[in-house]
Amino acid sequence: MNPGKHVRRHTISVWVDNQPGVLSRVTGLFSGRGFNIESLCVAETMDPEVSRITLVTSGDEQIIEQIIKQLRKLINTVKVVDLSELEHVEREMALVTVKAEDKSRAEVLRIADIFRCRVVDVSPTTYTLEITGTHEKLEAVLGLLKIHGILDVVRSGALAIQRAKKD
Amino acid sequence: MKMTGAQIILECLKREGVRHIFGYPGGAVIDLYDELTRTPEIKHYLVRHEQAAVHAADGYARASDKVGVALVTSGPGATNTVTGIASAYMDSIPIVVFTGQVPTQLIGNDAFQEVDIVGITRPCTKHNYLVTDIHNLARTIHEAFYIARSGRPGPVLVDLPKNIQQASIKPEFPKEIKIKSYQPTLHANPRQVKRALEVILEARQPVLYTGGGIIHANASDELIRFAEALQIPVTSTLMGLGGFPGVHPLWLGMLGMHGTYAANMAVSQSDVLIAVGARFDDRVTGRLDAFAPHAMIIHIDVDPSSISKNVVVHIPIVGDCKDALHQLNNLVAQEAPRDWALERQEWLEKIRSWNKKHPLKYQKSKEVIKPQFVVEKLWEVTGGDAYITTEVGQNQMWAAQFFKFKRARQFMTSGGLGAMGYGFPAAMGVQVAKPDATVIDIAGDGSILMNIQELTTVVENNLPVKIAILNNNYLGMVRQWQQLLYDRRYSSTDLSAQPDFVKVAEAFGAVGLRATKPEEVEPVIRQAMATPRPVVMDFVVDREECVMPMVPPGKATHEMLLA
Repeated sequence: MNPGKHVRRHTISVWVDNQPGVLSRVTGLFSGRGFNIESLCVAETMDPEVSRITLVTSGDEQIIEQIIKQLRKLINTVKVVDLSELEHVEREMALVTVKAEDKSRAEVLRIADIFRCRVVDVSPTTYTLEITGTHEKLEAVLGLLKIHGILDVVRSGALAIQRAKKD
Repeated sequence: MKMTGAQIILECLKREGVRHIFGYPGGAVIDLYDELTRTPEIKHYLVRHEQAAVHAADGYARASDKVGVALVTSGPGATNTVTGIASAYMDSIPIVVFTGQVPTQLIGNDAFQEVDIVGITRPCTKHNYLVTDIHNLARTIHEAFYIARSGRPGPVLVDLPKNIQQASIKPEFPKEIKIKSYQPTLHANPRQVKRALEVILEARQPVLYTGGGIIHANASDELIRFAEALQIPVTSTLMGLGGFPGVHPLWLGMLGMHGTYAANMAVSQSDVLIAVGARFDDRVTGRLDAFAPHAMIIHIDVDPSSISKNVVVHIPIVGDCKDALHQLNNLVAQEAPRDWALERQEWLEKIRSWNKKHPLKYQKSKEVIKPQFVVEKLWEVTGGDAYITTEVGQNQMWAAQFFKFKRARQFMTSGGLGAMGYGFPAAMGVQVAKPDATVIDIAGDGSILMNIQELTTVVENNLPVKIAILNNNYLGMVRQWQQLLYDRRYSSTDLSAQPDFVKVAEAFGAVGLRATKPEEVEPVIRQAMATPRPVVMDFVVDREECVMPMVPPGKATHEMLLA
């Protein structure tokens, strides 16, 4: 893109009409204009006519500005907010099946405990853990579990919400 | 009263004020075509290829300032419209394209003549719809027209399954438009406008750089008033030609790759560049970091995503060009009077000297017809009043350089997409919108063959379009690049194998004329203009003439090659 410029990760919330084909307008925009999507989560909001997309992308300031403007230009886009510019809470989730035999069984549980993971499935030789937290926390846990052998892992995209005003 | 889907669609068109449509029938729109026989208010022009229907609707929209309409069948009928839609999208032209679709219960089954045209055209329409419920039909069509013409205009496609056209309901026709997610900003922020004017008033070497937005917004008068009030020279993009009179003393000519020396030098030395309804296309800017390097850039555009897309803008103004210029004019009127002619003398003198040093020129000849000479003669003979469409390539650039457009909506060209085959069907559309006007397609011998079948349409409907082929037996612009950048290796650009265009015209029932010597040019043009029928003029021109000046790709605009 533009070397020299400051590339940052941004988490963007996009409210769109809850209609067939709208998601492909959003993803088509990213692929067509050479923007990059790192992750994407979509679900209905309290208003069943509106869906909320949380997407994570990266780029320098000019690229992020273009992404937001292009998203706003879509006829089905109701609102776009760059949460990275605001106080917000962000969570990702992963389900991971880890090898857990003999000695490592206790160690895996200890890691799960330290990071407040939940054990959602158990077999004689494995544990399946549910991990939620920030992107960084998930990276850290998965890094530690890798030593014991990850058999399967599935990760969600990021969800993010603006912090409520405290005053 | 109950109405069928087909009846509702045509009723909607009438309510939108549509009088003319361009199309081609097929199985998936047969009900609509049947209904057309009972709709005398709408005249349908039967094209001979669906691409031409869309280009014709595009030309019609540009000439008339109305929404152009095309109607085609499903599958191949729909896919054939894609080039026309993409061209209208790049040039922000308001058209609505109706495509037939297989019945809803067959969608997704790979039915006969089924194609996902909504999926295919998603990236090249402003918006598109698949109507799956007849209750949404009238509202969808109303929205489609509104979206096509409002904000930054553009093409909208409405896909109409056959069973929706056949079903019947008691329809409601919406009067108001409410799209909560679509509210273009038209009124420019007065604070930004004021900030912009403060900078403009301080400028010593300002330049107005205008684009198609001036035409779409009908902002010519405001532009002229503003430029004259502050004595600011004006250059424009290909799309903006006609938005400022080509014979005005403040006119610099077009800028960019084949722009004038004066326009490119003025922009590169400007201290304030006022971009109005233009989008800093690569053909305009050349090497980006060398484009207007000393200038404070003000950018007025109705599309926020055009601002700071390619070039970082110092003062962005989102809004309709006409509104913003109107506000600027009002503010200027409130300022204490200054002698702008005197203050601007030095800058305008500098520009005049560039113009004198390197005007648009070509080597005149008594032996061989120069293509530029043909364009000059067309301008002379028509008094500069003709509507001009072009194909793409050298013919397009010579038309842009040598036809001095007097007013907006006089020039139609596929600027952004650069679609060969645009000019002739577009001219057809212009002629339908302006039946009494002179309409000329300035063509090349390559481009004209891409939609030559439309000679049937113009003959059938007696649309007296004139085609001026600048025939150099080459795919001229690509040949020019091969000459200048690829050491004269003319790979697949020699078009010597070509039909006899005079005979082609005659075979289709049009008139064919040919000029091979310079002295024959004017008589041929005069004869064509005096003929109230479609005419093809075949001008056999200098084979290796190049469009000059030229900014080679990747170079800065001040590094242009000169004639």
